[in-house]
Amino acid sequence: MMLDLDMGRYAAFVWPAWGLSAIVLAALAARALIAARRWSAELKRLEDEPKA
Amino acid sequence: MFGLANPDRFLRFTRPLTPVVWGVAVVLLAVGTWFSFIAPEDYQQGDTVRIMFVHVPAASVGLMIYGALGVSSFFALVFRHPLADAAARAAALPGAAYTALALATGSLWGKPMWGAWWAWGDARLMSVLILFLFYLGYMALRASIDDEAKAARAAAVLGLVGLINLPIVKFSVDWWNTLHQPASLMRADGPSMSAVFLTPLLLMMAAYGALFLAIWLTSIRTEIVRRRAVSIRARKALEA
Repeated sequence: MMLDLDMGRYAAFVWPAWGLSAIVLAALAARALIAARRWSAELKRLEDEPKA
Repeated sequence: MFGLANPDRFLRFTRPLTPVVWGVAVVLLAVGTWFSFIAPEDYQQGDTVRIMFVHVPAASVGLMIYGALGVSSFFALVFRHPLADAAARAAALPGAAYTALALATGSLWGKPMWGAWWAWGDARLMSVLILFLFYLGYMALRASIDDEAKAARAAAVLGLVGLINLPIVKFSVDWWNTLHQPASLMRADGPSMSAVFLTPLLLMMAAYGALFLAIWLTSIRTEIVRRRAVSIRARKALEA
């Protein structure tokens, strides 16, 4: 079994399909992780803040 | 199942689970991608068969996510449970993204194989487009109502209505004559595909599923934390 990266005459269809999928999935994952970090930091800040 | 509906218990239970699901998703994506590119060219489709490994997982998981959104909406509406509403809300964006990927990669597969990017009369294509519009409508409706409780109820009704579309998407290829091919995996006589293509396809489906689960769990946790932060802010504003 060999890795086949030569998409021949279909390269213009195969690579955009994979590239787009990679970009969208990475963006979804990043967004979820960044939001998680931001809101837990915000909750911690609010809880640590001395009462007014 | 209802035990987990307690937000505190949900946070405790999913804290160790969530990183594991992320890890599984990353490993499955890597292995699935590897198998996708060591598979031979299909004798009819050539290298375009590799589009299948990103198209079919996006489409099938995108459809399943709507099922999760619809069921969560049902629990949010009937039991007024805030965790169910958080689950429905957290499913909408990944569902829309998966469905958009299914449409885009399908188009990139359709052009070389069917000679067309899109076919307006095709029942499968149209029902998936409608699925995508339900996701967009759900998010737009939530965003357009300021009162979060009202937004949640209205969105839950829309989420439930959209469930009607799911069997239409699934069975469109059997009920109508479509350009889109019928099911190759979920068939009474077993999958009609050789193992060299079936292996990467199933790995990628598992990977897309695990990735959604990781994103979903993370986003539900974030939503619980966000609501707590918002309510502390509101309390402090009252006290001040």
